[in-house]
Amino acid sequence: MPSAESPKLSRRTWITTTSGVIAAGLVKTQADAIQLIAQEAPTDPTKVPGRLVSEVGSRAPSEQPKRLIRAPALSSSSRTPLADLMGTITPADLHFERHHAGIPDIRFEDHELLVHGMVERPMVFRMSELMRYPQVSRIRFLECSGNGGGVYNRERMPTEVTVQALDGLLSTSEWTGVAVSTILREVGVRPGASWVLAEGGDSAVMSRSVPLEKVMKDSILAYGQNGERIRPEQGYPLRLFNPGYEGNTSVKWLRRIEVTDQPTHTRDETSKYTDPLGDGTVRQFSLVMDAKSVITFPSYPYVLPDKGWWEIRGLAWSGRGRITRVEVSTDGGRNWSDAALEGPILDKSTVRFRHLFDWNGRDTVILSRATDETGYVQPTVEQLWEARGTRTSYHQNHQRAWKIARTGEVTFGLGDLL
Amino acid sequence: MSQPSNRGADVAKLYVASLVVVTFMVACADMSETSSGGQVSSAEIAMPGTALGLPANAPDRFDFGVEASEQRVAMWDIDVRPDGVGLPEGSGSVQEGRDIYNIHCIACHGLTGTEGPNDRLVDSEQWGDVPTTRTVGNYWPYATTLYDYIRKAMPQLTPGILTADEVYAVIAYVLWMNEIVPEDAVMDSETLPAVVMPARDKFVMDDRVGGAGIVR
Repeated sequence: MPSAESPKLSRRTWITTTSGVIAAGLVKTQADAIQLIAQEAPTDPTKVPGRLVSEVGSRAPSEQPKRLIRAPALSSSSRTPLADLMGTITPADLHFERHHAGIPDIRFEDHELLVHGMVERPMVFRMSELMRYPQVSRIRFLECSGNGGGVYNRERMPTEVTVQALDGLLSTSEWTGVAVSTILREVGVRPGASWVLAEGGDSAVMSRSVPLEKVMKDSILAYGQNGERIRPEQGYPLRLFNPGYEGNTSVKWLRRIEVTDQPTHTRDETSKYTDPLGDGTVRQFSLVMDAKSVITFPSYPYVLPDKGWWEIRGLAWSGRGRITRVEVSTDGGRNWSDAALEGPILDKSTVRFRHLFDWNGRDTVILSRATDETGYVQPTVEQLWEARGTRTSYHQNHQRAWKIARTGEVTFGLGDLL
Repeated sequence: MSQPSNRGADVAKLYVASLVVVTFMVACADMSETSSGGQVSSAEIAMPGTALGLPANAPDRFDFGVEASEQRVAMWDIDVRPDGVGLPEGSGSVQEGRDIYNIHCIACHGLTGTEGPNDRLVDSEQWGDVPTTRTVGNYWPYATTLYDYIRKAMPQLTPGILTADEVYAVIAYVLWMNEIVPEDAVMDSETLPAVVMPARDKFVMDDRVGGAGIVR
């Protein structure tokens, strides 16, 4: 309801305004006139005609969530604004990025996939041919294994860090394409094969080895994302998608699959994406993403304006299957309550969890911990330090904590409780 | 593009299909020992087509796409494995590599491979419990990876510009800077896979699994 003093656009004003513009020859149709007067948000939208239909929609001018870019470079990343999003699906234009040599421009008509190696019939597929195969669509998360790397070092634990900067290398989409198993069935895998090498058509020629068992089980040659063709940043026109695996293995701009009897030990699976454990060994092919959860609200830099009822919200996911439970603590980890899980709870996908919280206005720390269908429970950071040492760079899936101060200010971490 | 064959496949086709299934079963049995993926029971893949999620009326083969010629495979099959498979003919010495490095690599990796601004390449200091740097000299487990990576992705702004001889040469130089090969070393398809990298035995297969009470 408009307030009494709101200056309505009167019919006379409308006629005067449009008449003047019509006289100037700028408005030739009623549509032109409506577009003209609807440019700015009216004080009372019931008194002004709205905008017309459009071929491509856009967000409300005041709703402009953005990916976070740290350092623009050929090898760089951008992070999904998790705190701005609802539900589980990430809008495709906000899906996180990680490129190792920029985003190549590839024409759909020109792109080809070579499948060869230990196969009966090495074959080349054009995109139009791949799209003719039986199609699958799966809602799955994708997470870079470097996600959360900024909150593992005991000496450099930040407090003023957003959930986007912390865990924004996580997104969820409905991926559409052809099952890798369909294509491997087509070419005929030879006895003795146990791995595949996936290779991208970017100028990093990104290459990763993936167990044959995995790609046969549930990997997708994806050409669709959230109902549209996959975007260039996500590998247009074709990417490998390995559900539950570290993001780097889901090779974008996929141009070649070689079936082999051993991993190729490419740069990104030896000198990168490996985990020194603190006992002199380095864990290699750590491909599965362990179960994890993160509270997206409230999180830094939000300030709770008042005590009372708040709903703690967040996301949980596991590379090993379905999330079965998320617990929330509002007293620094002493007591835990089951959070409500918003269905459907899908295999290797994010789940939205919610927990109603009556904040008494005092200092406290809130945490979440996820359990997946294998029974695995998201560990504490101390448990990970104990198991892996303190110097690994990937797979930091430990429990995230947010401290709520009496002022309502929310900062990252356990604070004095660590 | 031929028409999809119908379900009444001949005996030979069925034989091939069952052979493929057996292959997958063997592969999965092998993988359950070594990979980090979940176990797949043989029952899940012991049936063709429908077991892989295809409709019951799916043909044994759709025959979309075309068979890849040997030339086509040879043109694109550019990866290099630790056993040397994939290495091309050619050779290069430490001395030749110094010139290549100083022209193509020095801007990003520095005069001695330690200055950056991009990845540090050189550190011959070996580590105990945890690495402080992750360089070719103290972290890369296989020398062949250098060929695979440099041929594909380096130099960053002009990838693929180096000849096979030049790639071998610059690898020889980088290995020499890391005190892994002597100054008179020459790299080729025989000598490169034979290089034993200091960090080779540090690498172990992922042993993480799901389950209650397990943190790895």
